[in-house]
Amino acid sequence: MSELRMENLVARYGKVTALDRLNLTIKDGELVTLLGPSGCGKTTTLRSVSGFLKPDEGNIYIGHRNITDIPPEKRGIGLVFQNYALWPHMTVFQNLAFGLELRKVPLEEIRKKVRSVLSIVKLEGYEDRYPRQLSGGQQQRVALARAIILEPDILLLDEPLSNLDALLREQMRFEIAQIHKRLGITTLYVTHDQTEAMVISDRIVIMKDGKVMQDGRPEEIYLRPTNRFVAGFMGTTTFLEGTVQTIQGDSCMLKTFEGWELRGIACGGVTPGTKASAAVRPEAVEVLYSPIGAVSGKTPAENSFEAEVDSSYFTGEVIDYHFRLGSSFIRVRGDTKRILKPGDKVTVRIDPDRLPIVPAESI
Amino acid sequence: MKLNYRPILIKTFELVLLVLSFLIIFGPMSSLFLWSIAQKWYWPHPLPQEISFAYWKQALGIEKSLAIGAVSIVPAFFLSLGIAIVTVIIAMALAIPAGYALAKYKIPFGTFVMFLFLMPNAFPQQPIFVNVLQMFTRLGLAGTVPGVIIVHILVGLVFGVWITSATFRSIPPSMEEAARSVGASAPVAFFRITLPLAAPGLLASSVFVFITSLDEFTGTFFVGLPFVHTLPLTLYSSSGYNMQFASVIALILLIPSILFMFLIQRVLKAEYVGGMG
Ligand SMILES: Nc1ncnc2c1ncn2[C@@H]1O[C@H](COP(=O)(O)OP(=O)(O)OP(=O)(O)O)[C@@H](O)[C@H]1O
Ligand SMILES: [Mg+2]
Repeated sequence: MSELRMENLVARYGKVTALDRLNLTIKDGELVTLLGPSGCGKTTTLRSVSGFLKPDEGNIYIGHRNITDIPPEKRGIGLVFQNYALWPHMTVFQNLAFGLELRKVPLEEIRKKVRSVLSIVKLEGYEDRYPRQLSGGQQQRVALARAIILEPDILLLDEPLSNLDALLREQMRFEIAQIHKRLGITTLYVTHDQTEAMVISDRIVIMKDGKVMQDGRPEEIYLRPTNRFVAGFMGTTTFLEGTVQTIQGDSCMLKTFEGWELRGIACGGVTPGTKASAAVRPEAVEVLYSPIGAVSGKTPAENSFEAEVDSSYFTGEVIDYHFRLGSSFIRVRGDTKRILKPGDKVTVRIDPDRLPIVPAESI
Repeated sequence: MKLNYRPILIKTFELVLLVLSFLIIFGPMSSLFLWSIAQKWYWPHPLPQEISFAYWKQALGIEKSLAIGAVSIVPAFFLSLGIAIVTVIIAMALAIPAGYALAKYKIPFGTFVMFLFLMPNAFPQQPIFVNVLQMFTRLGLAGTVPGVIIVHILVGLVFGVWITSATFRSIPPSMEEAARSVGASAPVAFFRITLPLAAPGLLASSVFVFITSLDEFTGTFFVGLPFVHTLPLTLYSSSGYNMQFASVIALILLIPSILFMFLIQRVLKAEYVGGMG
């Protein structure tokens, strides 16, 4: 069993606390992504697990084995680096064979293993190339192959795709997900890229300042953020602030400072009478291209408001708008069939099932 | 067909550069060579009126001459070569671990240590070596080959450590970490990964130490005399009397350096083919 468990990890660099009592468990065979802003401690977490950084406090376990004080080479952890870190003076074969040679595996078996792992990463026949004779994407595959050839208990990847161009990145993320499914190695994956995290993860862990802000399945994290930080971090979020009126089961009624009533989903334990923020995502906003009266007659429909176009940005696929909604701004996406100009008056309807309402105070 | 002039221009430019660098390097050398074979050469003649290889023969010990300053330089040559080789071995044995430690670990006062190494070169050397001489006299090292070697090591170590630590610093830590992650202990990672990657830099560093030792004058002058006559000292003592003879020595001093340069170039090329990229 190779569950990876971190208990109360604390890591300091001088006065900076990079990890602040971090608790994290990655179940056997799971792929978990660490996601968070720059400097939140993702790399520090990986370096603690891989053994290149000794945490100041806390323990790390693989299964029942406490590895906190075990040197990196004895942890049975495969690593993939952001800069690939292939050894330039060795061929692909030598790069892959190095760990097996150290284990005194017979040459015939090494050959077989190298061939099989190269077929997993779709690089058959590249044994004799030197790293500099490979493209970035191919180097990344070799790096991945090198990390899995020893069949490690745990696989750690630190922003493995961030040096690739957008197209290749998208392709590789599916491949990594497939390889993970096929091999079932317990994997901890670090990325900056939300979409990447969404696509490949069984679970996403959102970090901030060395602490876990939320830990859950991708859709949970996105649709049910438990705090303002996560709500704001995921997607293109703008907030509408107000006070919670009533809560009925999942449903939450927020009264904004303008006095408008806004229905959404109660998240993160909001309670009536407290200040809360509604996290508006563009995909939950429907734009009705006419002023509010014309749409819904005398009684405005639920969650429908009049808005004024403040600015618009043409991106090709869609148009990014900033709408003025009373004293607030929201970001909205419109199709390119009908382009609005600043100053245009429209009606927006915010889908209550896709409007998380979270406590206003940030943790 | 349209002619593309750019490659032609670039090639021409390269050729001009090549010729220029040849002139810069070999210009002084050819004048040295002329001097070394000039039997008779009076102003304002642009070339010697009479030439002969007599000075070469004297220098190489083939012919004996009674001219002032004319001695066989063969023993001095081998002495210098031997001192340089021993100096390189010891200096590199010290510079590699020191450079590695300075590059990899946050050594308290690391910059200060580096500065300390630079000291002998930052000040006029004579006062330092006068002090060294006093110390060596007390230790019985003055006028001995080991004494001279120690001085050469001290002088060569400065650049040795600087270059090696810069070399190690240029290798990303992830190179060793990747090795550790596939089961290599710290020493195995160093010898199998870091050292081969650092080889070109380490070689450049040893060449530097070698040539520094071969050319070293000031320290050898204070510590080595009157018993240790290296090639530069021989050159110095003869050049006052005999320009031709001095030219011969100067040319001979150049030989190992040039050989070493070619060797380095070969090795560096091989490294590039091998994938240093
Ligand atoms: N070697 C170091 N010395 C001092 N402080 C450090 C060091 N490494 C990291 N830190 C600090 O520790 C904190 C966490 O850094 P870490 O590298 O883990 O962040 P990260 O989440 O990986 O960021 P990024 O997304 O930019 O890679 C940051 O505040 C950073 O400035
Ligand atoms: Mg990082």
